[in-house]
Amino acid sequence: MLATLPRTPLRPSRRGFLKSGALAAVGLTLGIHVPTGRLTSALAAEALPGPFHGYLTIGLDGTVTVRAAHMDMGQGIYTGTATLVAEELDADWAQMRVEGGWGNPKLFGNLAWGGEIQGTGGSTGTASSFLRYRQAGAAARAMLIEAAARTWGVPTDGITVESGVVRHPHGKQASFAELAPKAALMPVPAEVRLKDPSQWRYIGNPDLRRLDSVAKTSGTQAFTIDVRLPGMLTAVVAHPPRFGATVAGFDATAAHAVKGVVDVVQIPTGVAVVAETTWAALKGREALAVTWDEHAAETRGTAELTELYRSLLDADGAAVARAEGDAAAAIAGAAKVVTADYEFPYLAHAALEPLDAVARRHLGKIEVWGGHQMPDLYQYLAAQTAGVEPKDVVLHVMMTGGGFGRRAVTDGDVIVEAVATARAIGWKAPVKLLWTREDDMKGGRYRPMYLHRLEAGLDAEGRIVGWRHRIVGQSILRGTPFEGFLVQNGVDATSVEGASNLPYAIPDLVVDLHSPDVGVPVLWWRAVGSTHTAYATEAFIDELAEAAGQDPLAFRLAMLEGHPRHRAVLELAAERAGWGTPPPEGRARGIAVAESFGSYVAQVAEVSVEGGTVRVHRVVCAVDCGVAVNPDVIKAQMEGGIGFGLGAILKGQITLDAGRVEQGNFDGYPVLTIDEMPAVEVHIVASMEPPTGVGEPGVPPIGPAVANAVAAATGKRIRVLPFSRNDLASA
Amino acid sequence: MLTLTINGVAHEVDADPDMPLLWAIRDLAGLTGTKYGCGAALCGACTVHVDGEPVRSCVMPVSAAVGSAITTIEGVDGPAARAVRAAWEKLDVVQCGYCQPGQVMAAVALLQATPRPTEADIDSAMTNICRCATYQRIRAAVHEAARLMET
Repeated sequence: MLATLPRTPLRPSRRGFLKSGALAAVGLTLGIHVPTGRLTSALAAEALPGPFHGYLTIGLDGTVTVRAAHMDMGQGIYTGTATLVAEELDADWAQMRVEGGWGNPKLFGNLAWGGEIQGTGGSTGTASSFLRYRQAGAAARAMLIEAAARTWGVPTDGITVESGVVRHPHGKQASFAELAPKAALMPVPAEVRLKDPSQWRYIGNPDLRRLDSVAKTSGTQAFTIDVRLPGMLTAVVAHPPRFGATVAGFDATAAHAVKGVVDVVQIPTGVAVVAETTWAALKGREALAVTWDEHAAETRGTAELTELYRSLLDADGAAVARAEGDAAAAIAGAAKVVTADYEFPYLAHAALEPLDAVARRHLGKIEVWGGHQMPDLYQYLAAQTAGVEPKDVVLHVMMTGGGFGRRAVTDGDVIVEAVATARAIGWKAPVKLLWTREDDMKGGRYRPMYLHRLEAGLDAEGRIVGWRHRIVGQSILRGTPFEGFLVQNGVDATSVEGASNLPYAIPDLVVDLHSPDVGVPVLWWRAVGSTHTAYATEAFIDELAEAAGQDPLAFRLAMLEGHPRHRAVLELAAERAGWGTPPPEGRARGIAVAESFGSYVAQVAEVSVEGGTVRVHRVVCAVDCGVAVNPDVIKAQMEGGIGFGLGAILKGQITLDAGRVEQGNFDGYPVLTIDEMPAVEVHIVASMEPPTGVGEPGVPPIGPAVANAVAAATGKRIRVLPFSRNDLASA
Repeated sequence: MLTLTINGVAHEVDADPDMPLLWAIRDLAGLTGTKYGCGAALCGACTVHVDGEPVRSCVMPVSAAVGSAITTIEGVDGPAARAVRAAWEKLDVVQCGYCQPGQVMAAVALLQATPRPTEADIDSAMTNICRCATYQRIRAAVHEAARLMET
């Protein structure tokens, strides 16, 4: 595998960047010289005009520190990025370290999004990192070898690198730490030869352990909420009780009387109470009296929205996402017609680390600590809020306690609030801004509520001849910077993904949607569109299989001739689950498949229904995500995606009454607990296709797999989510 | 001023008596391993041991902990704690890791009281929420820790 080093476009930087400061004195740093986009060393970059940013540093202590392009919220991309570097560098796993990179889209831009902006999302981290981090590792390895050859006065041929030790056959050897200062002076190779996959030792190794396990089990892993700075104050914000309301006025007298409250200040999104401790801030906020201007607020509740959405299931003027043939005519001429409506509620992300950010002005810079999922954007937004230039903003990318999409906000909500609050108190102290659980759950940015209508016709042989799929729900992307890319002809790609790319061979098909404007803020939620489209399509396919009198697996396979990867995961999951054999007494099985973000996942769920309660005993999952970089992380993400999705379909719903959110904590919004977690078996399809993501694709199939199993057990089709809204006791 | 004994060390804290122990530990004693997740004893991220018993510190008034031995993730030790950490690392339980200090504290308390827990023991003791849904590995790691404690 001969690869050319990245040639990023020669485009002048839009802003200045700090030099990394990493010179030979601190070892070898490899990165990108910004103006030329060339991979180079920090030392060589010193002689060139323009800034430099480092991908990886081999320190004098022997550590290899990788600056990751993608932030880690638990999905394991730090471990994954280190794996790619360590593989080509032939480092020892114990010497690997990872930090969050930022501040240079040329270096860290998401290559799966075109490389112009840094961001984590859409399960792209591995795909975006796969080539460049291996190349950086290989280049650093070549420089270490060159340094060794010159030190020892031998040719480079014959020098080997293994587990962080550089060796010559005649007995010489040196560590990375010893060679790093000299390696930093070596020319950066113009081309590097990457290992043949047969030589991989870390990539694909199921025994490789996560780099963050020790810190996360000993309490030493610092999250944003754990940042402590001298003189730091803590702030909480009183937000409006309805979306779209604004502050009309406030009386802070009682709040100021609370011991420990330092300031009460208005910021664009509400009123911030700033105090010496979190508790004082919370008590101060309780004492605060705010009057709200609600003239522009959303005052509809779930019932009104459901009624509106129902009317749109029949309304003209839908935007067409995909149309082939004449679905209406095909259905009109079908031997049998099946229709079904599905209802999906708003869902909260409810990541366990509450939303938080820390901001201060220090040594002429604005520093912001946070779970920075879109760093370039937040650097800009923080600068705008602080009234400084983006070059004067320093970000600290923190390990993040879960995200599930919530931290990928294009307006930087909690980050902007922290900076706005710190500015409003005159930068007199660092400010940690914290949302409580209730602030988060009532604060919007939900997976949108959707209604779906599906209608299909079967011919006399039970083949689907026509398919109509109508989706009604808010656009996530409308009004965001992504609108121009991802909303085409009125179709928000994130509303229809998983539906418009239905893989089944159906000659006449139409998928369309209405995207009503509703004042409830919405956002991507782990697996985004496929969280509802996979449920609707895969549950409906199951209904059609039943109507056609066919086995659900065989029915699907017959329509997937041109989709070998869908077929392969279906067949693998079915085989390992014992599909076609009788399930254990009292249980029934259901199957579903979904491609999302380029990864293919099939799941077979084994359930029982007793006294109206659905119990998922076992889930067999097959995943094809191309090259499996970290097999154990892939398994963990499938297990986690299944648990996350299962909690939502069984019990998750955010509802509104007259515009007010009715849930505030985990009592009103229950999530999956350990006693509800099924035994999950994950089987990874061996593949040399380019790697795709696993953070999200485990989620979509679990809902329909369980729904289909419940139908097999009870005959009842669950079309209104969550399951807790259905009475299965009388089924 | 109140005196809290945390991990064997006396901390003088200037706290209102109704301040939850969690915030005294985090904001006043400066020990941030114990996490805030819900503030209502629903998630368990704030689990510490008070006189050896697992407690959700987000709803315990700090005044109620005066005179007790408080143990946090930073200070928990002993055969069960070592076994739990070793098992957690061996099985790579963590994902985001935010709930894991609380999970570890709950598991240590379980194993100290019940060295060979059944599935039902685990279900009733390990009620902490993990939004990454690492539950399968938590269950396996509790069993693994129980085995490690016997060797």
